[in-house]
Amino acid sequence: MISKFQKYLFFAMLVACVAMAAFLIRLRNRAQDRLQAQAASAPTEIAETATSAPKTVTLYVPNDLDDSLTAQEKSLSLPADRNAQARVILESLMEAYRTPDSTHPMNVASGINDVYFLAVPEGKDATGGAGQMAVVDLSGALTQAQPSGIEPETLTLLSMMATLHANLPAVTQVHFLVDGQPRETLAGHADLTRTYLASDADQRPSPSVPAGAGQ
Amino acid sequence: MRWIEAAALGMAAVAGGWQQAPPPVQLPQGPGVPPAVATSPATAVQPPRFVVVVDAAHGGSDTGARIGSGVVEKDITLGLAGRLRSTLRARGIDVVMTRQADMNLAPVNRAETANHAQGGACLTIHATATGSGVHLFTSSLTPTANARFLPWPTAQSAYVTQSLKLESEIDSALAHTEIPVTLGRASVEPMDSMTCPEVAVEMAPLVAGHVTGAKPVTDAGYQKAVVDAIAAALEQWRSDWKE
Repeated sequence: MISKFQKYLFFAMLVACVAMAAFLIRLRNRAQDRLQAQAASAPTEIAETATSAPKTVTLYVPNDLDDSLTAQEKSLSLPADRNAQARVILESLMEAYRTPDSTHPMNVASGINDVYFLAVPEGKDATGGAGQMAVVDLSGALTQAQPSGIEPETLTLLSMMATLHANLPAVTQVHFLVDGQPRETLAGHADLTRTYLASDADQRPSPSVPAGAGQ
Repeated sequence: MRWIEAAALGMAAVAGGWQQAPPPVQLPQGPGVPPAVATSPATAVQPPRFVVVVDAAHGGSDTGARIGSGVVEKDITLGLAGRLRSTLRARGIDVVMTRQADMNLAPVNRAETANHAQGGACLTIHATATGSGVHLFTSSLTPTANARFLPWPTAQSAYVTQSLKLESEIDSALAHTEIPVTLGRASVEPMDSMTCPEVAVEMAPLVAGHVTGAKPVTDAGYQKAVVDAIAAALEQWRSDWKE
């Protein structure tokens, strides 16, 4: 025989269980909503592609025949993120390498993995003021496609340095990595162990072709 | 950091490296260095010996650039270096080669050979399939004053001014042969560690023009024209380098 007290207790516990289950379900739903909201607000590749109005950038395109760099202007929609901006600008330079009438032919689909910026302490850069070092992470595919030789390799580095400095003037130094790792040379010649000054691009080779000699 | 004693008597003293003195009578002198050997009144002062160091780039497993089908840079550079050595010796100029066979040679060993020889001119020979004519490169280091001890990675900085003059001499000689020349600054091992006037000579194919016909790097006539021009420039440099 079940006492009246036990019956009341049983029903009270049943109601408590149902209420707790409803409460837990509600908590779970709220947690799920919160996670979804966080995921939506986190920076993603999609956010990186958010672009502003087209902007004119200057690309320094090398010419293997006379060792020169030629400034070319191009209109690009740049991402808001500065690292992504630098990457888009350099990839645009790679596009110039890929064109059929390129003066510095290099068939590489994607040459830049990423670009990072580090602050250079005041007085440690060439100008004596505070600047920024751009660390350019090149892809292994670029080093494979790069024609080997002092001239073509030096021109590739100088064109990237000049292009970065022209569009992001705060960049005073440039260091190169390949697939995130330090490497001795680009393709057997140009030194990648050193940090280059952006002003090194001003030392770019100038043509010295004798009169009458052709190219 | 590794340091080199510049223009010292005998070999350069390199921290952790080798040390050996060459015979006094053959001792070459760097620019601005007083006579190294005290001579007796009856003995005339020996004129400084002019030595050209020729460094054939790459070698062994380091093949360098692919110039054409079955042709790699290390073979072209060795051939050009040998041809240049013969031409210079025929003109009475002493030559020291960093390598004379297909062998692996580290950049530091090339620089050690050049610095030991205390060359009046150092040439690093390269070849490429890109561009046209001859590319001349000097170190991109900022020129500095000569000092007794120079840091190994930037030892060339004390010689950049002389290197630029040597480059200009070779440029003029090549211009007479109507071979297109381009001048530049670059950072390429082992140039920056050499304590001598140093120029990297990179031979590219000759693109057809108004005067010149198209010629590959392997063309014997083209190679001879380049080697003869460089030898003429070095003969001129022999009388200019001390100034």
